[in-house]
Amino acid sequence: MSTPLYSWGRFPRSPQRGHSCGWLDELPAHLDRVIDDHGSSLPYGNGRSYGDSCLAASDQVLHMRSLDRLIEADWTNGVLKVEAGITLAEVLSVAIPQGWFLPVTPGTQFATVGGAIANDVHGKNHHVRGTFGRHVLSFGLLRRGQPEMICAPGVNAALFSASIGGLGLTGVIHWAQLQLMPIRASQIDTTTVRFNNLAEFFALSDELDGQHEYSVAWVDCLAKGAETGRGVFIVGDHAQYGSLEVGRRAKLSMPLTPPVSLINKLSLSAFNNLYWRVHPSQRKTGRSAYEPFFYPLDRILHWNRIYGRRGFQQYQCVIPTANAEAAMGELLRAIADAGQGSFLAVLKRCGDVLSPGLLSFPMPGTSLALDFPQSEHLQDVVFPRLDDIVHAAGGRLYPAKDAHMSGADFRRAYPAWERLEALRDPSLMSRFWSRVLL
Amino acid sequence: MNTTAMKRVLIIGATSAIATACARLWASEGSDFFLVARNVDKLQQTAADLKARGAKNVTLHEMDANDIDAHPLMLGRCLTALGQIDIALIAHGTLPDQKACERDVNLALREFANNCTSVIALLTVLAMQFETQRCGSLAIISSVAADRGRPSNYLYGSAKAAVSTYCEGLQARLFKVGVHVTTIKPGFVDTPMTQGLSLPAALLAQPAQVAQRIVKGIANKVPTLYAPGFWAVIMLVIRSIPQPVFKRLNL
Repeated sequence: MSTPLYSWGRFPRSPQRGHSCGWLDELPAHLDRVIDDHGSSLPYGNGRSYGDSCLAASDQVLHMRSLDRLIEADWTNGVLKVEAGITLAEVLSVAIPQGWFLPVTPGTQFATVGGAIANDVHGKNHHVRGTFGRHVLSFGLLRRGQPEMICAPGVNAALFSASIGGLGLTGVIHWAQLQLMPIRASQIDTTTVRFNNLAEFFALSDELDGQHEYSVAWVDCLAKGAETGRGVFIVGDHAQYGSLEVGRRAKLSMPLTPPVSLINKLSLSAFNNLYWRVHPSQRKTGRSAYEPFFYPLDRILHWNRIYGRRGFQQYQCVIPTANAEAAMGELLRAIADAGQGSFLAVLKRCGDVLSPGLLSFPMPGTSLALDFPQSEHLQDVVFPRLDDIVHAAGGRLYPAKDAHMSGADFRRAYPAWERLEALRDPSLMSRFWSRVLL
Repeated sequence: MNTTAMKRVLIIGATSAIATACARLWASEGSDFFLVARNVDKLQQTAADLKARGAKNVTLHEMDANDIDAHPLMLGRCLTALGQIDIALIAHGTLPDQKACERDVNLALREFANNCTSVIALLTVLAMQFETQRCGSLAIISSVAADRGRPSNYLYGSAKAAVSTYCEGLQARLFKVGVHVTTIKPGFVDTPMTQGLSLPAALLAQPAQVAQRIVKGIANKVPTLYAPGFWAVIMLVIRSIPQPVFKRLNL
């Protein structure tokens, strides 16, 4: 494919040339050819990382998306072996009719399995099941000039843990074997209630997280004063009664990129206000298909275009439990002061389930994620202030979402970076990695 | 899963991206397959994918479509494996380098054979089988390039035009015995065949998207199918450009 590839935030705007390979047996020669021609490269899945972690330093990526086959399916035990370019949506479309679901899913089903491993993604059930990497039984890793390596817990263990959350730098993950989770129905039983401030969020989380598989909150990032951190708390569980139906909802599409961002102060405060008001003040139970529950934004294809030609950045941090409540308050006040932010900011408690990954993002604590339209003000004023709060509280930022953190901040937050660097395939290099290693 | 929807499917050029995407849709209905391609390794990877998606029996057959003498043997094996053919999809092909073909007669004729002669040969053998069966569907992947001879790819276009015209005649012949023929005309599809071409992103379709339209079109016995559908409009416009104007364009 010769259309240029970008990251999801379309910032930094470094068009990537994709080198596609459709067959596993041709991959070693393909890798050699791309490296010979361009010096270095980086595996690229479906471009759902926000910042520059999926962009190659050489701007020449190994486009993995056409490696999208199933290799072996054991529907008795829920073990699925797939090529790494298959998307989570495609996995779900074959697994759900057989009564299986992804044990961990991020907020988009358009990420690839390879990308989910390389970023060790997490989801609304992190407090129960940890990260995606915990459910990977094994994967194939291709390093330049070496025969294919199988990595699993206890087999090539150093590379196994370095590659989970390894940002595609340790080699090309080209197939993976996943342990799926049994479900009786594809629907989700939900409970929704709004909360008036951060303290109420933490109280709800303390009470409800332990009782439910999925838990997440949307916060109004513009609310100030006593209302700081007001939002909507949503918990869910796989329904015990229902049907096994693959989502077939028609997708809307953002047809073009407007010259300027459609997210501005006015649209933002109107939406946030409305969103909070339409939700019930008393707990309300409901039922949802899995797609609107897990992937509300996937409904609109190319929704990233709404931020205009300049793109946007997502800010996602996690703050350790001890400092979480105080730091979240500070962060939300700083964001509301700046008058910027996204339609929906996501607040989520992370649990203490350990990830096998060396550089995995989650830690026991609370995570906050929100999008900002790209501007100089963001780089110069808003993010430095937020970064200060995060670091003072002992938190860290998510490389999969990042396009701004300094090398010093990264190395302090992820002390295992040196071990990853030692295991990196020298022929693979991302714009992110070359940025934070300086 | 609807077992009545199960089909017995023969695919020539089974490792091509569009064919694979169609096969996945039939596989989810629990169909049986007889897959034909040149490369056994790739056939095996394709077969594993289809089995994991619900295909019941998948038989592989290594054959170069240009090896015309091998066609009857292939058909014999196919009938042994499937019993009868509900759908035959002819999907093999290559995208020639037009400029190189203008300088090299042998290359031009080889490319013409890949995209036309081999297809006509296969259709001759298959048509006799379908005439005996008096049921089933034949689907042939032609191209929007068949609709007009454009300077940038008229060798490919003329090969596909011959296939399309042949299919139109075959359609009329087999209609009388209850066999349906669908001529498929894909536009720009994001496949290994089109890799490296600079195609307009807005017109570039994914194989899965095209496959859905093809599978539905075959089921609904559509005679000529543009995929995606908007190509019908584009080609209507391109066909209506008068020759004195057309020859001055560099399409």
